[in-house]
Amino acid sequence: MEKLIAGQKVSITSEGYLTDLSQWNKEVAIEIASELGISLNEGHWKIIDFLQKDFKQTGKIPTIRRMKKEGNISTKDLYDLFPEGPLMKACKVAGLTKPVSCV
Amino acid sequence: MSENESIKKVSIIISKGSLESIYPGLIMANGARMKGIEANVFFTFFGMDAITKKKMNKVKVATVGNPAMGIPTLVGAIPGMSSFATNMMKKQMDELDIPPIPEFIEMISDAGGKIYACLASVDMFKLKDEDFCEQLDGVLTVGDFYDLAAGGQIIFT
Repeated sequence: MEKLIAGQKVSITSEGYLTDLSQWNKEVAIEIASELGISLNEGHWKIIDFLQKDFKQTGKIPTIRRMKKEGNISTKDLYDLFPEGPLMKACKVAGLTKPVSCV
Repeated sequence: MSENESIKKVSIIISKGSLESIYPGLIMANGARMKGIEANVFFTFFGMDAITKKKMNKVKVATVGNPAMGIPTLVGAIPGMSSFATNMMKKQMDELDIPPIPEFIEMISDAGGKIYACLASVDMFKLKDEDFCEQLDGVLTVGDFYDLAAGGQIIFT
């Protein structure tokens, strides 16, 4: 389905994940985050950058373990910055698909 | 509880000490935190091997008395067989980015999950605070555990 986010028409899944990363930009991210009650700061952007970079390299959403090992993002920070469902929320803000891994 | 009410809290009991008995509880606890669900993990009897410094790195797959392994019990009893099966399984888990037990405990704790040991088992095995990994949040009686689990779901493994 389509939705107007930050003045831009984007296509999203029923759960609100962008289906096309090329429609993502920083304004879209800021608005999705604010809908989740999150105001983005430097720490959030570091996570978003890593998620997008790693997704482009591997074609997969990284696990929380990989984010720590490869992205130098501590698990505590991740949970503090994106509380209650950190990986799902971070992926949503980063314009990526819903993570499907059990870990 | 209505049908569609989401789960807010789980309290998971890990009571056995083999690799295949410990991991499901850890994965469930970590998965709960990933969904924003409060998670308590209560280790009892040999399940406590997962949180004691001496043993948490040495947990093995049970190759005897485990029909699902698909190898005859006598073969499973050959020295080295359990280590062999354990290494195989660890390798496969690593490919899925499932961490080794000590790292997994740290990950759950960093994620806000709570780690508890059972008082009766601690007394029975004569363990002290310093025998446990640093992530231990406390040693609880069964009564304490029920207080902590109140209002949530209890999963026994």
